[in-house]
Amino acid sequence: MADLVSHPDEVKVVSKRFGQGAVNIDRYLELDGYKAVQKALTMQPDEIINLVKNSGLRGRGGAGFNTGLKWSFVPKQSAKPKYILCNGDESEPGTCKDRLIFEHDPHAIIEGVMIAGLAVGAQTGYIYVRGEYRYLLEIVQKAIADAYAKGFLGKNIFDSGKTFDIYWHGGAGAYEVGEESALMESLEGKRGIPRIRPPFPAVVGLWGGPTVINNAETLASVPHILLGGAEWYANLGSPKNGGTRLFCLSGNLNKPGVYELPMGYSLKKMIYEVGGGIPNGRKLKGVVPGGSSVAILTADEVNADVAMDFDAMLKAGSMLGSGGVVVLDDTACIVNFALRTIKFYKHESCGWCIPCREGTDWLQKTLIRFHSGGGVKKDIDNMYYLAENMLGRTFCPLGDAAAMPVIAFVKKFRQEFEDHLDGKPCPFAKHSGAQQSPVMA
Amino acid sequence: MKFSDKFEKRFTEMLAHYPTPRSVLVPTLLYAQDEVGYLSDEVIAELANRLSLTELDVRNVISYYSMLTTKPRGKFNVQVCTNIACMLRGGEELMEHCEQKLGIGNKGTTADGVFTLEEVECIGACSWAPAVQVNYDFHENLTPAKLDKVLDECRKRIG
Repeated sequence: MADLVSHPDEVKVVSKRFGQGAVNIDRYLELDGYKAVQKALTMQPDEIINLVKNSGLRGRGGAGFNTGLKWSFVPKQSAKPKYILCNGDESEPGTCKDRLIFEHDPHAIIEGVMIAGLAVGAQTGYIYVRGEYRYLLEIVQKAIADAYAKGFLGKNIFDSGKTFDIYWHGGAGAYEVGEESALMESLEGKRGIPRIRPPFPAVVGLWGGPTVINNAETLASVPHILLGGAEWYANLGSPKNGGTRLFCLSGNLNKPGVYELPMGYSLKKMIYEVGGGIPNGRKLKGVVPGGSSVAILTADEVNADVAMDFDAMLKAGSMLGSGGVVVLDDTACIVNFALRTIKFYKHESCGWCIPCREGTDWLQKTLIRFHSGGGVKKDIDNMYYLAENMLGRTFCPLGDAAAMPVIAFVKKFRQEFEDHLDGKPCPFAKHSGAQQSPVMA
Repeated sequence: MKFSDKFEKRFTEMLAHYPTPRSVLVPTLLYAQDEVGYLSDEVIAELANRLSLTELDVRNVISYYSMLTTKPRGKFNVQVCTNIACMLRGGEELMEHCEQKLGIGNKGTTADGVFTLEEVECIGACSWAPAVQVNYDFHENLTPAKLDKVLDECRKRIG
């Protein structure tokens, strides 16, 4: 369905089986399928956890927490059943990588869930797929059924005497459900309102039982680590950022696509070489390097050459996030881009926490008026102040996700905001008549 | 209230997957909507009854999820993504094009009941932008002309 691309700098680990017909379980077995879980069955749980910890694998959903460490938080003994929950609610604008894994290599995710289960002592896993990805849910449903038919799932898996069950689950359209506590609420049949932490899901999760929640790409990486070893995987990436990652290049690029590159790869090379540079002789204006929730980097910051790993991006004042790299050329209007970004968060905010509900609403109102020529100077600082005061004041990170990009837009592109003042038309494009939203007091 | 055999088989299977029956609710609502066209009062009452929930519980869940609707839609739900990655490659222009071609606005349905138009948030097609989902089918790397073909195909399928 979605086109595959390739570049010589790619290091294919998670994408190794893309385009190889691995959706078919027999083909998957030919391509080393289900070997990793059989290896895991010969290992002690702590051995598996330490292997994954030492590989430097960090959560590919966006938070970048060490996966092995996350698993180690699950208590050994638990009166309630433990669960593995695969987060396939991919919805962060700019991100379209899990889609390819589900489409081309669903059994790798199943294997990853099983290995996580063996590591923490869970016997049940759920694979949650966002509602819009119906064709992928169908692929997952068939993959699970095929694994049961082979006896890989259910009772006495691979003659180990152990039981492991995996079930599919579908969403129905909600970005916030990608947040782990909201994901559990959704799986329990409720609105995706986040839960307060502590207790963390590793201790109190699904139906009160200890739960590990990992992104689909994270889990799909695990079988490769089991077979290749922690050292091999760690050495593919940069210090403390093991392995490779699927980067989703989008926006104003000659060759957008999903490319698997080593952690720590140069952002500049990613744009100008892998992504084929900016079309039509235009210049780079900025890059949103980790999905819509993160701070934009200006062309100067990109050209200064930043490494694409969790720590280097944090140091550069942004975040590696979900691997969605959105590229803007010099015809893009930052105010309009900010408006579209905030419209999204306003739409997705569940309204549970007031700073997020009111903050996104006021930011949207202000940006609509501002972009259409009704802006006053005070708005610029108001937006900044408003966003700053949303940070860290909500149950889930949706409020932060809305605030962080706005702060960066205003701070780094203030001039563009000022160019919209005094009823001047947007210097970049058509616009739609002044809107009459009120100015914040 | 009668659903298809496939629906019933799936529903029974799903109930065995969770410790609480309520857990089947979100995917079941979407499957029910796919069969009936929307979440009618009858569907809501039926599912509430089956899962020992109040109708209010069910409605409360429905209102949270953007794909769920209690109002009928056209046969083809044309969902145009205008989020950032699509916007940079012409998503907003595609939306305008649809509005003009179909003569309806966001969330409107054509008088013949064939098309509903909806501006949607990121559908996970960023690297193949701009993209549109018609019901569950993805159409990517679109131009207005390519989208016209997609819509014309839809009309042909109606006959």
